[in-house]
Amino acid sequence: MGRYVIRRLLQMIPVFLGSTFLIFVMVHALGDPVNALFGDRAPDPVVAAQIRKQYNLDEPLWLQYLIYMGNLFRWDFGTTFNGQSVTSLLATAYPATIKLTAVAFTIEVIFGVGFGLISGLRRGGWSDNTVLIFTLIVISIPTFVTGYVLQYLVGVQWGILPATAGEDLTLESLLLPGIVLASVSLAYVARLTRTTVAENSRADFVRTAVAKGLPRRRVVLNHLLRNSLIPVVTFLGADLGALMGGALVTERIFNIHGVGFYLYQGIVRQNTATVVGFVTILIIIYLAANLLVDLLYAVLDPRIRYA
Amino acid sequence: MNSGNSDDDAGAILIDSRASGGGAPGDDLLDVRGLQVEFRTRDGVAKAVNGVNYSVAAGETLAVLGESGSGKSVTAQAIMGILDSPPGYVTGGEIVFKGRDLLKLGNEERRKIRGEQMAMIFQDALSALNPVHSVGMQLGEMYRVHRGVSRKEAKAKAVELMDRVRIPAAKERVNDYPHQFSGGMRQRIMIAMALALEPDLIIADEPTTALDVTVQAQVMDLLAELQAEYNMGLILITHDLGVVADVADKIAVMYAGRIVETAPVHELYKNPAHPYSRGLLDSIPRLDQKGQELYAIKGLPPNLLRIPPGCAFNPRCPRAQDICRREEPELFEVTGDDGAPLPGRGSACFFWKETLHDV
Repeated sequence: MGRYVIRRLLQMIPVFLGSTFLIFVMVHALGDPVNALFGDRAPDPVVAAQIRKQYNLDEPLWLQYLIYMGNLFRWDFGTTFNGQSVTSLLATAYPATIKLTAVAFTIEVIFGVGFGLISGLRRGGWSDNTVLIFTLIVISIPTFVTGYVLQYLVGVQWGILPATAGEDLTLESLLLPGIVLASVSLAYVARLTRTTVAENSRADFVRTAVAKGLPRRRVVLNHLLRNSLIPVVTFLGADLGALMGGALVTERIFNIHGVGFYLYQGIVRQNTATVVGFVTILIIIYLAANLLVDLLYAVLDPRIRYA
Repeated sequence: MNSGNSDDDAGAILIDSRASGGGAPGDDLLDVRGLQVEFRTRDGVAKAVNGVNYSVAAGETLAVLGESGSGKSVTAQAIMGILDSPPGYVTGGEIVFKGRDLLKLGNEERRKIRGEQMAMIFQDALSALNPVHSVGMQLGEMYRVHRGVSRKEAKAKAVELMDRVRIPAAKERVNDYPHQFSGGMRQRIMIAMALALEPDLIIADEPTTALDVTVQAQVMDLLAELQAEYNMGLILITHDLGVVADVADKIAVMYAGRIVETAPVHELYKNPAHPYSRGLLDSIPRLDQKGQELYAIKGLPPNLLRIPPGCAFNPRCPRAQDICRREEPELFEVTGDDGAPLPGRGSACFFWKETLHDV
């Protein structure tokens, strides 16, 4: 197990270098950031040269990348064109997104698995059909539509929950954005759980559990659900990273100054340092989540051994 | 309509199979009477069990013999109360276990009987054991749930059980998972699980089919030995005539959801009274017939959605006459040459006498 973890951690290094470099190249390909800075006006060549020198933009791309990576090891993510340090941007944005993701993830797990279990146990019944139709609707409607509709109905019209989150992120204010962010993943989790529960409910070991005279509750939770969760956990792990990156739309609707918010600004303003910085952290989170899932997989299913 | 059928079938049974068990009537541990099970599928109703009667006394072994689809496993599942429902439904008959009709009990009462008073051993232990729980947990669970003992005690009990079914180094292996055991060891764990609470009745559904021949004998011996030790009733479901001969007291042969012949085990081997049983016996490879073509019963078992009228076996039977296609034979009492009934013997064939003398 220990050797496996070390190997996986070592594998992360080329993945990390490769993906950061790709992002570097892509942002560079967007065009000249200095020109973008001046909008429609032609920049003063002296000022432009000055800015280029300050941000090392006059160096070749590979050297820019090396300088950037060098700084990264000193926990310096560079500065934006308006002089803000990206490190401090990260420090404000990530906690907001992590809070939002945590709320969404909790909702996704509890309701996704719950609905899936009920639906899988009562295949063909009405609760099953309700869950299937409901999840199909959720999957079909884009997040920004669900977001605005829920914001208007729940937040404005009925006033049940705050319509926007704003500066201080209370649990109450994050509930609505959390539901919106979780909705699509929740639908997938429900459907995946339903399928595996339905499949396993006909498995021999479930019949054995019934033949042992175990109470239904124990049969369902200890034998049926426990085995059915293995593929669901894999999905959830991969989804954790997707939720954080995909919070962009939700964050804009509910005015949460998180990763999505800053990342969007960074792309619009062609701010290399911001984009690369935010994406770099996202990549690290994604890789860590994947490793965690793989390790959890071995805990859930003893037939899987890592050596 | 179904209930009417079941009454007829129950009435048709002329044989008291208890006779071979030796006990007085009413002594039986389990008495199945006129049991009917059907599966309601999209293609129609499959009549899997059509009025089965059999009984088992304490310490007795009943072998239920038949091809796949003959209803032998479904009968067992109905007795255990683990029939998949839907699509399976018990539509008639009685399952009298220790004087109580199980079909009249509620779900919770039946659950408490399972494991505690009757237990089942399944065919393929690898798929019948939960892959994600240690065998110790799965064995100990019996004590935790039914006896409410602590986790630690349950584990100690699990080790004890594994010792009893002679799994080497039980203490070290109690935390291992099913996939870490060999096939024979896994089946021993299944047996241990069934024995855990010392039930009165064990149903073994093809317990050795998935095993190597050498291991088969060991597992069967162990099962027979433990059965004798605890004086349990055993229903051994199998299609393997070789397994039956050594351990069973009596045999019930099933075909298309019915019992076609009952007999004490050695009498059936010596002298079957139903053409189907004779066909089964003739299809066993024999050393003294080396080089000859192996006998096989012609045709296929009937589709349970469309069981042929009359005797269900008639399309495959070498002895079939018009009456076999018209009328359904009841289970006739089989008598000896002197006209005295042979104890425990019955045959659902109009021509049982001819079959019996056809050596």
